[in-house]
Amino acid sequence: MSALLEVDGLSKRYRRGDRDFAALDGVSFSIAAGETLALVGPSGSGKSTVARILLRLVEPDAGSVRFAGEDLLVLRGAALRAVRPKLQMVFQDPLAAFNPRATVARLLDDPLRIHGIADRATRPKAIAALLERVGLSAELASRRVHEISGGQRQRVAIARAIATRPRLIVLDEAVASLDVLVRGDILRLLGELQAEEGIAYLFISHDLGAVRAIAHRIAIMDGGRIVEQGEAKAVIAAPASATGRALVAATPELPTIKETVS
Amino acid sequence: MSLRRLFRSPEAVAGFVILGLLGAMALTAPLLFPGDPLAIAGQPLLRPFQDWALPLGTDRLGRDVLAGLFHGARTSLAVGLAAAAASILVGSVVGTVAGFAGGLVDEVLMRITDAFQTVPGFLLSLALVSVVGPSLSVVVAAIALSAWTGPARIARAEVLSIRERDYVASARVIGMHPIEIAFREVLPNALPPVLALSSVIVAAAILTEAALSFLGLGDPNRVTWGGMIAEGRAVLRSAPFLSVIPGIALVFSVLGVYLAGEGVVESTAAREGQA
Repeated sequence: MSALLEVDGLSKRYRRGDRDFAALDGVSFSIAAGETLALVGPSGSGKSTVARILLRLVEPDAGSVRFAGEDLLVLRGAALRAVRPKLQMVFQDPLAAFNPRATVARLLDDPLRIHGIADRATRPKAIAALLERVGLSAELASRRVHEISGGQRQRVAIARAIATRPRLIVLDEAVASLDVLVRGDILRLLGELQAEEGIAYLFISHDLGAVRAIAHRIAIMDGGRIVEQGEAKAVIAAPASATGRALVAATPELPTIKETVS
Repeated sequence: MSLRRLFRSPEAVAGFVILGLLGAMALTAPLLFPGDPLAIAGQPLLRPFQDWALPLGTDRLGRDVLAGLFHGARTSLAVGLAAAAASILVGSVVGTVAGFAGGLVDEVLMRITDAFQTVPGFLLSLALVSVVGPSLSVVVAAIALSAWTGPARIARAEVLSIRERDYVASARVIGMHPIEIAFREVLPNALPPVLALSSVIVAAAILTEAALSFLGLGDPNRVTWGGMIAEGRAVLRSAPFLSVIPGIALVFSVLGVYLAGEGVVESTAAREGQA
């Protein structure tokens, strides 16, 4: 079976002042349908740049991205918007990722309306179903995002991402801002959605506890390159790279989170 | 709660009292003075407080000054509000498109904005009215023509910062059309600082309208304070009240609009500071 997402030789340089530096330097990886690949690494290692390139928010200087057999980087305008439903993202800070004026209902209504998933009459029902799907009460629909808790916000973000029945969701530090208990709940929800709908995840994180609970494979980044790649539990148990060893050494809570999620 | 904060400042209270009075004058003008305010009501050049049927006296042709003042409030407020609304509408759309599209579109739109901004606004208004001819809608358009550049610049600056926010990225990710992103996600969030300009624009528009009317370029079928001042100019030495009374009305309305606007801006700034 061919991979759902194939990333090959992705490079990106940024200029800072009169000096430019490589944010990404030949990054290659692939994700199969229904699989979770964790992308971990210290801050500034290029993880978020990968996410933003995949979502076409940033253009790379070199490299290719094939998604479901299509060359993602050549698409523009309407053709790109036609692929969007299949490739979604959950941002790190849900408060910043939602229009501050929008209600929960409008946030969930947008993808349904834009892609014609439900017509005007059935959308309120579809919104209620989405909220229920992520474990929220339908009464939340009329609230604004600053009126609900951080965990609820991240559930709304997940509901918005799954509204279009995507095949891949990029989770950019999606559980980093949540407290440990809520984080366990969200990871469990993500696991359920994957089991039921076969969604693949690119799970970007620096939290090895969460990674170990959810990821099948792991890729460790440092300085814009992937320095180690392999089966998640094996790599965390015995990292081969210096960056991997440093990350494992810096994560004291490894066993506990795994137990709350399994 | 924010209303209480708004009314804690005496300037804001004074501003709203003046605006309230003006609004009441404008609204009650057709009820209290039902006839044509340009019709002759009594003997010419009657001084104020002589005849209680015509409390503020009459002008050179015998027209009721008080009726003129009430109907003039209508014109001043209507022109001020309409010109400000038009400027803010045009300015925020131009600023949003320029800031959101970037590149060549931004360059072209901002150079056009520069061009309008470098010509003195009053000359621009004067030129348009003298070419197209004086009517209320032309006067509004003429004032808006010179006033839209401020809102455009502020909207653009605000849009430049908002378009980098995650919620705009999120809207792109779900496949929202760029035009919808610009006008539904970005513009509403860019508006508050633009709206803060509105009191200054209303005040300036009232003055510009008065100046145009003073030069005889106001709508000839309406009473305006500027027109009344111009009317009184010929008899300034013998009957100064004819120019002074509408002049005072003008000063108070500009002051009222400005104070009320400042009060609103300050109370919202205080709220943001506390949050």
